[in-house]
Amino acid sequence: MYSRAYKSIISLPPLLWVGLFLLLPYALMLAHSFWVVRDGFIVHQWNLQNYRTLATNPVYAEVLLRSMRIAASVTLCSLLLGYPLAYYLSFHAGARREILYQLVIVPLWVSYLVRGYAWKTILGSDGVLNGFLQYLHLTNAPVGFLLYSPFAVILMLTHIYTPFVFLPIYAALEHIPRPVVEASQDLGASPLKTFLRVILPLSLPGLLAGATFAFVLSLGDFLAPLLVGGASGTMIANIVQSLFGAAYDWPLGAAISVCILLITVTLLFLTERFEKRWSFR
Amino acid sequence: MSPAPAIPPLEEGRAAGPLLEVRAVAKRFDAHEVLKRISINVAAGEFITLLGESGSGKTTMLRLIAGFEQPSSGEIWMNGERLDTLPPYKRRVNTVFQQYALFPHLNVRDNVAYGLRVTNAPSNEIDTRVADALRMVKMDSFASARPVTLSGGQQQRVALARALVNRPLLLLLDEPLSALDANLRKEMQSELKSLQREVGITFLFVTHDQDEAMALSDRIALLRNGALEQIASPREIYSRPATAYTAQFIGQTNLLRAEIRSGIATCGALRWPTSAPDGMAFFSLRPEAIRLADAVVNSAANFAANSPAKEARFTAIVKQQLYGGASELLEVDCGGQTLRVKIPARGPLSGNQDFSFSAQDAVRVAE
Repeated sequence: MYSRAYKSIISLPPLLWVGLFLLLPYALMLAHSFWVVRDGFIVHQWNLQNYRTLATNPVYAEVLLRSMRIAASVTLCSLLLGYPLAYYLSFHAGARREILYQLVIVPLWVSYLVRGYAWKTILGSDGVLNGFLQYLHLTNAPVGFLLYSPFAVILMLTHIYTPFVFLPIYAALEHIPRPVVEASQDLGASPLKTFLRVILPLSLPGLLAGATFAFVLSLGDFLAPLLVGGASGTMIANIVQSLFGAAYDWPLGAAISVCILLITVTLLFLTERFEKRWSFR
Repeated sequence: MSPAPAIPPLEEGRAAGPLLEVRAVAKRFDAHEVLKRISINVAAGEFITLLGESGSGKTTMLRLIAGFEQPSSGEIWMNGERLDTLPPYKRRVNTVFQQYALFPHLNVRDNVAYGLRVTNAPSNEIDTRVADALRMVKMDSFASARPVTLSGGQQQRVALARALVNRPLLLLLDEPLSALDANLRKEMQSELKSLQREVGITFLFVTHDQDEAMALSDRIALLRNGALEQIASPREIYSRPATAYTAQFIGQTNLLRAEIRSGIATCGALRWPTSAPDGMAFFSLRPEAIRLADAVVNSAANFAANSPAKEARFTAIVKQQLYGGASELLEVDCGGQTLRVKIPARGPLSGNQDFSFSAQDAVRVAE
């Protein structure tokens, strides 16, 4: 048994950390969202003006919807890439499994920013891709939509978050006992039916965790739109950034952040409930 | 009424000839030869056991028949059709797995219905067949339970029902009782045996437990290092083991290395008549084949007197006596050679005693 004093000393640092860097900022953010800026100063006067602005000015809703569309596209693309990859590695890769696994993980060690600039180099009008297309005479002029578009944002975020989707799915697939898969075939199920009736349902918790990762992280991303998004690829986090920066309207930025936070928390709450329902051990 | 056909159609799975033919099947994993050209025929309705130590290749043989592995050479046929070229899901073979392998996301009813659903059986038929199967294994009251909530024995029954509901031609059982505790094991053994008689399906059972094999099987195929050591009924394999390994693996025995000269085998102080040719040979003498000589005089004096040539007698010192209720196990020293003797319980023994055995009980075995 540990003494009371020992317990409080041991739990003090994490509590301080959570308090200082999590709870306090959230509290400040919530407070700011109910204040306003007047004559270049933040006035500590409780009101709902920021939320009224968000509800009435269609720009914010539009960007928020676009952000959710982009996040959903990224989620879908990462799943379409990550699931088959995880499935292949877990069930069919054999001796190649280790090296392939490392290859999936390695990009995570490369700085986010470096990868962003790499995409800029690939997608730009003088970029590698356009050069290649013109070399093949598929186009005469550089293709414009490649860079500074929602397409570029989705591409870059998919590249970045696919490993995050891959990992939980791979873990879930690895946890499926192989005799269970064999039992399905033994009972007359073709490989496709085995996948649909046994492997997919048993990997759903991992799939859901991966999808949540990709969606939540993409929704709040501001570097990808900043680097490759252009005007048409602006996302909600860029608005928040400019409100806290150049525009100096912290209260409005805080109100948007509160909205994003609510969306995210609701999502996490729902996925956790589903994961609980779908886990069988 | 239409006249009965002159030749009644053969019932499926009861065609003439063996149900399953394993023809010279070998299996290598890289350089390691797990099965060495094994041939086994299994008759329809038979309860056959693959018995062997771990690493003997018995589970590999089962996986080849189920279709989870491919033979390196040789063929497997079932009901006159080539089996080893079919994928597992096209074989009319079902398996009861060692750890049951129930689907954790499905309840008991859906687990049992799985095979019928994926093969698109009519839905009204599914319900009745699943209900019948669950009743057969006495699990009907657990139909809505999830596998995690069941005990090992209950999961075992569900696994059996899940396999049998598909009416396979052949049921494979991979050490299905090894995860159960001793009492439950005995109970399941007798249930399994009566279940097999009831459904009439051919059972191919894999185990390392020779008692289990003896109790359940019509025939036992004993595997050793990937080769078939002997295949015979339990009684035959026990009373007429072909090799020293079989004699020692199945039950206890005294393995005697004897020199034969003109019809008399000699092993230390033991001498008995034999029809084997001159030279060195191994004999298996079961402990219960050796009797106390005084008992012979009292109960079978005539036999001993009439055929003295067929009765071997020897004197040995009782070194140890293990009391086992109905019987006692003695360890006796006969001129430096230790023999095990199993006799009906008769009270403490010590010092020199006279023993005897019938010459025919010393079974000549290959090395």
